[in-house]
Amino acid sequence: MSIGWTGRTREAAIRALPPGKLLPDEQPAYVASWIYVFGVLTLSALAIVLTSGTVLALAGPAWWHTSALGHFVNSLHLWSVELFFFFMVIHLWGKFFMAAWRGRRAMTWITGVVAFATSIGTAFTGYLVQQNFDSQWISTQAKDGLNSVGIGAFFNVLNFGQMLLWHVILLPLVLGVLVVGHILLVRLRGVVPPIPHTVDHTDAAEDKS
Amino acid sequence: MNTTETAHQTRPYDLVKEFVIALVAVAALTVVLAAVFSSPDEKPITLASWAKAAPGDFIATSAAELAGTSTSAAYGAPYNHVPGAGQKLGPLPLQRWAGVRSPIDPAQDFVIGPLTAAPQDPALATALATYRAAAPDQRHKQAASYADALSKAPAGDSAKVAPGDYGTTPVLTARLLDLARGGGLDGTLLTEGGFYSSDYTRPLLFLADGTYLADQATAQHLTGNQWGMMNETGNYPGQAWLWLYTFWYQVPPYKTSTNADALIWATMAALTVLLAAIPFIPGLRSIPRWSGIYRLIWRDHYRRQR
Amino acid sequence: MDPAALPASPINLDHPGHYLHWGVIQLSVANLVVIAAMIVVFVLALLLPFPKGKGPS
Repeated sequence: MSIGWTGRTREAAIRALPPGKLLPDEQPAYVASWIYVFGVLTLSALAIVLTSGTVLALAGPAWWHTSALGHFVNSLHLWSVELFFFFMVIHLWGKFFMAAWRGRRAMTWITGVVAFATSIGTAFTGYLVQQNFDSQWISTQAKDGLNSVGIGAFFNVLNFGQMLLWHVILLPLVLGVLVVGHILLVRLRGVVPPIPHTVDHTDAAEDKS
Repeated sequence: MNTTETAHQTRPYDLVKEFVIALVAVAALTVVLAAVFSSPDEKPITLASWAKAAPGDFIATSAAELAGTSTSAAYGAPYNHVPGAGQKLGPLPLQRWAGVRSPIDPAQDFVIGPLTAAPQDPALATALATYRAAAPDQRHKQAASYADALSKAPAGDSAKVAPGDYGTTPVLTARLLDLARGGGLDGTLLTEGGFYSSDYTRPLLFLADGTYLADQATAQHLTGNQWGMMNETGNYPGQAWLWLYTFWYQVPPYKTSTNADALIWATMAALTVLLAAIPFIPGLRSIPRWSGIYRLIWRDHYRRQR
Repeated sequence: MDPAALPASPINLDHPGHYLHWGVIQLSVANLVVIAAMIVVFVLALLLPFPKGKGPS
């Protein structure tokens, strides 16, 4: 009897990422450097960004200008974003110097770069929706760059409502999908081994470069 | 998984515990930073505060809107159709191709429309009627003459402008200043679409046409040629991650190009693709190997192998 | 915004910023501190010994 689409999807998922591979309780012995913790630090900072952002969203966009508690939550949001980028850039440096794309891990690297670019866009829209002097200046400046390549006609940084929705829904959604994909790829391929230990086709080519 | 990887030794490693510890540590650090440093919230400039603080600039900007010489009036896409306006990426007029998606007629939208909607007295009603009856060329010429005379008046004071043929421009701009000072213009520019508003395109474009906004930004080191994109008001750290984007604006050929924005966008897009493509680019992908930093990261592993 | 409604933060960063200039480069002290801290943390992450668990199994 056929197991159907659902059954086949389940079996493919389990084949690709069996529980022991999805949440392993062991790691290769070479995973022994502080540089490895910057991925999880980035993820933690993102969790704080999302949590503080959710609290800001609960009370609406004007709350943080009129309430001391609101302003404190805004401070949490700002500093968690600063930490998020802080850890993410160190993570990027670390993975670059480990050439962590070796061994069929190019897509892990690419999703990371796209997530970084998406984070920059998400942070940028955050600056636009503060409803203060920063937002006025940043939006009127940024419009020229976006307009110059035709993006501004569709992504209007002077339109507060549009930017608010991009900031609180659309971009976080895209970033969330990218981050989940990135982490699943890390689990799928495993942590990159020390240079020059991978022997698959891509790396054999790279070893000669 | 290939054979050399499976051949590596393993040891217990608690990923969930690591995540929980990291989460608690980052949360604590965030709370400390937020409590110690707070966050900036520089008040927005309203059209009322602009009109009160810099009436000369406000009048000059209003005259430029009527003359069709302001930044927004000469902008082109996506706000209006202006022949030859808009940046190009090489031969590609991407800005013009995207079309006029947020139509703005600065003279009408920023000056005449709000004055028409404001409470009328005979003097204003007459001025508006005269303005509407005049030919567009004449309106532009009179407003341009007034803007020119304003720029030559002591301290840009509209009360000290030399006499000339300015048509209705002095009355209209003075009335717009009054309307703005009373707070009426902030509401009018927004509510032209209806009761609710979430689109600030018009008031922001009008505000940015003046020099008052830019002067405040310059004082806070926020302008393009001050690397302002990565700066924040006060002593707060800003978007340091925009360092490369803002860097290009400081160096030739971008610095002096009339298409700087388009060129820099294209450069940054190309560099982002390059960063993503590093795994496939011979030479670039070998920098980690040449740098030798990996020897530090995996020093235990290499020591064990010896 | 009513400033009185804000809790006083121990270190007020709302003063005019400090900026450094080296030729074409202009940098706020706040951003310099952040960037320098990133480099220091990166170097420490490379150099500091990582606590080992129960050793290779």
